[in-house]
Amino acid sequence: MIDTIVIPLLKIAVLVNGVLVAVTFTVLMERKVIAWAQSRLGPMRVGPYGILQAIVDPIKLILKEDITPAKADKWMFTLAPILSLVPALVVFAVVPFGGDELFYVTDINVGLLFIIAVTSIGVYGIILAGWASNSKYPLLASLRASAQLISYEIAVTMTLVSVILTAGTLSMIGIVEAQQEAGFWFFFVQPVAFVLVLIGGLAETNRAPFDMPEAEQELTGGFHTEYSGMRFSMFFLAEYANMLVISAVVVVLFWGGWLRPFPNVAALSFLDFIPSWVWFFGKMFGFLYLFIWIRATLPRYRYDQLMRLGWKILIPIAIGNIVVTAVVKVLL
Amino acid sequence: MLEAYVPVLLFVLVAVGLAIVMLIVSALVAPSRYSKVKLEPYECGIEPETDARDRYSVRYYVIAMLFVIFDVETVFMFPWAVIMDELALFGLIEMLVFLFILVLGYVYAWRKGALEWV
Repeated sequence: MIDTIVIPLLKIAVLVNGVLVAVTFTVLMERKVIAWAQSRLGPMRVGPYGILQAIVDPIKLILKEDITPAKADKWMFTLAPILSLVPALVVFAVVPFGGDELFYVTDINVGLLFIIAVTSIGVYGIILAGWASNSKYPLLASLRASAQLISYEIAVTMTLVSVILTAGTLSMIGIVEAQQEAGFWFFFVQPVAFVLVLIGGLAETNRAPFDMPEAEQELTGGFHTEYSGMRFSMFFLAEYANMLVISAVVVVLFWGGWLRPFPNVAALSFLDFIPSWVWFFGKMFGFLYLFIWIRATLPRYRYDQLMRLGWKILIPIAIGNIVVTAVVKVLL
Repeated sequence: MLEAYVPVLLFVLVAVGLAIVMLIVSALVAPSRYSKVKLEPYECGIEPETDARDRYSVRYYVIAMLFVIFDVETVFMFPWAVIMDELALFGLIEMLVFLFILVLGYVYAWRKGALEWV
């Protein structure tokens, strides 16, 4: 009873709180980094260097009026943000933040498949939001967003097959342990897969340069144009939580999860005093920074270019990568 | 075995609960002032003439169909990838045949212009 219900519940409570706090600070980090990239200061008013902005923003969002447009489909309009937020949070159940049992909620033997399956539920939230709003811009944006998400999902899922081939397991913890046994991070054997997952991850989270669904110059606010207040912030939360998920997944699959660099080289064992979760969060932070950096650097893709990249470039490379990985694995 | 999924179920409950609590809290503290203009669909200040659920490009439909086909085929590769070590050469050849058929379909879709956007 205690082991199956109470302890997981405590972990979940800590984790959900952690994700929510991490999201608010990621938003602050994004504003700050982009501001610095553009020679601005970013938020400076609330607290030293604007740090308290991360606390003030959610309070503001809670206090804002939550409008349901007269033409909208009331229940669907409320269901959509829930459908976006819940999968984005639930995925964290299988992410191992450290080597100890304390640092993950559960270890299911199809962890990676679970992540793929649950993250794709988020598409329903987006398409439902566009449909329920009964307004032109959200509908167009949600169609675009869902077409983009499903296109890149194929490329990412196919790429993951080659990673599974290398690891020989679907369990997130098993994948990290496979890297420990192999003695190197999978980035060094699957660099192509890493780049594909990174590009696909940017597209899956609607991040720049693939932020077509929110292309504000043409579609006002994207699929959540009609949303305000709490329901808007739930979409916002889901989007940034997905960003955290992608960083965590990339870290687990390619950058050794909680392992130190070159886990088998004894000369580096002096690094062992650093706890495993510090490695994990350090790498995750690095990827969050990379996502923001990319947003500050690259211009937005055009929609037909985006589709061409997904269908005509990423998918052939992903299939080729599977074949090469499988052949190499049989030969060795 | 199935016990590993209990925390997942708990997590779903907690996440749904959190979402509902957030909505309730916001409904309690947020203001609600009626205004006819505010409740209209956003269309740059112009009154919407027609229903928003209009016709849209058929390409989205083609993409969705292709997605269903390719995604299902990808799912077939997952179990194979996990037990590749045991299947060895036999599994490799089987999967190459499978991938060859998949690529045939892909080339067909490409030739037919299903992947062109404009």
